[in-house]
Amino acid sequence: MAARKTLGESLREHGVSRRGFLKFCAATASMMALPPSMGPVIAAALEKARRPSVIWLSFQECTGCTESLTRSHSPTVEDLIFDVISLDYHHTLQAAAGHQAEAAREQAMKDNHGEYLLIVDGSLPGPNSNPGFSTIAGISNYAMLQEAVAGAKAVVAVGTCSAFGGLPAAAPNPTGAVSVMDIVKDKPVINVPGCPPVPMVITGVLAQYLVFGKLPDLDEYHRPLAFFGQSIHDRCYRRPFYDKGLFAESFDDEGARKGWCLYRLGCKGPSTYNACATMRWNSGTSWPVESGHPCLGCSEPKFWDAGGFYEPLSAPLGTPGNTLLAAGAAGVVIGGVAATLAKHRAATAVAERQPVTVEELEQKL
Amino acid sequence: MSRLKEIGVKVEDGEAAPAEWGNALPILHEVGHGLRQLRETGEPTVIDLHALPFGPGDEGRLFDLLGRGEVEAQIQALGPTRIWETGFPGVWLVDHRNTEDERLALHIEISSVPEILRSQREDIDDAIVRLEACIADPAGTS
Ligand code: SF4
Repeated sequence: MAARKTLGESLREHGVSRRGFLKFCAATASMMALPPSMGPVIAAALEKARRPSVIWLSFQECTGCTESLTRSHSPTVEDLIFDVISLDYHHTLQAAAGHQAEAAREQAMKDNHGEYLLIVDGSLPGPNSNPGFSTIAGISNYAMLQEAVAGAKAVVAVGTCSAFGGLPAAAPNPTGAVSVMDIVKDKPVINVPGCPPVPMVITGVLAQYLVFGKLPDLDEYHRPLAFFGQSIHDRCYRRPFYDKGLFAESFDDEGARKGWCLYRLGCKGPSTYNACATMRWNSGTSWPVESGHPCLGCSEPKFWDAGGFYEPLSAPLGTPGNTLLAAGAAGVVIGGVAATLAKHRAATAVAERQPVTVEELEQKL
Repeated sequence: MSRLKEIGVKVEDGEAAPAEWGNALPILHEVGHGLRQLRETGEPTVIDLHALPFGPGDEGRLFDLLGRGEVEAQIQALGPTRIWETGFPGVWLVDHRNTEDERLALHIEISSVPEILRSQREDIDDAIVRLEACIADPAGTS
């Protein structure tokens, strides 16, 4: 494999001046939520950094996370793909399709064995589930993940589905969806949750890996502290109203118009850790609370099942919610029996990496 | 449809001052601290405004308070960077944009001249090489 160019070389080749490079470093520091005084350190590190090989796998997901990534404006997704990382496989963004795409993935895994960064978006049917729920090129998600993890340096789980199971794992979890962290135990896992994550947080985590060549400090849910270290509530500009007890009670009352705190409208800011309040969305234009909507808590585990989005945090769950939960639990038990039956078949398929058959795809659990 | 009618509509006065969230003033204290430090030790300070939880209107209010001074400059490198000295000499605003004119970073830089305005050593090295080539072959024929 030809030695990869350093980022400094690559930028100079594109005719970028030192000023341009310093600007790039200033933007990177800001994106990585580092103080501007770190600019020179970042410049020195980026000058020497080599583009890491990145393999991106998409499992049970809605492509929202990739959509979010393409909205990153610093660096843009083009800069990221061409200058910052070597994106060797991403079935939505790459030009190749079908066998060629899979061949590119296998080649990259071989060439960069033990070195590449594996990014996963989407949850996957667990080892006890019917593998037919989600496959790529006839390979079950579980088998593909196991194979790709073997040669990875670390795994970055992008999006709440990949980090915590997300929507596919919401009760009654029909596909037996699990998170990457549930499966991968022998490699470092970095979770970048959000539904989707803030684009600059995705690129920020990659840039941080590039700059410091090591994995970031993580919280108990494996989230990088630089972006998930503070709650939405702690960085919210409406906080002074919360402290004064001034709350909007409906979406159209006086309080809502005056921009008071959205706690009583169901804001999950106090229990949610994410960077929306400072990094914002749409190139820094705004973020949910600024546009008048309570935080849904999308970067927290089980946010789909944490009660109504418009129920205030401490409010007890109403009866309808409890009934639903009970129904969900029964579903899990019934599903569990069938899943055990499917288990042996799934294990064999993984061992031999047999393509999933049409019968398996059509089988109903 | 009756419920739609229940939603009160209030027409805002377009001339009204934008809401203010009180986040601009504390920054001025930090700026003052940086300015004294610059005077006493020559040490510059950079404040990243991106990392601050500003509400709508806070940034405009801060810009108004800081005002515009004597110097304005624009750099073209990976998109425009606009720089201006505020009404308080030594206090600069540095607004980095990408080629689409979207903001990459917004800094208050407290120094006698913002770092990015200086010609950089690497670019000067490159300039020497290019200048010598130009002298050797002014018409640029080879
Ligand atoms: S709007 Fe939400 S995040 Fe902001 S202060 Fe109120 S409860 Fe906290």
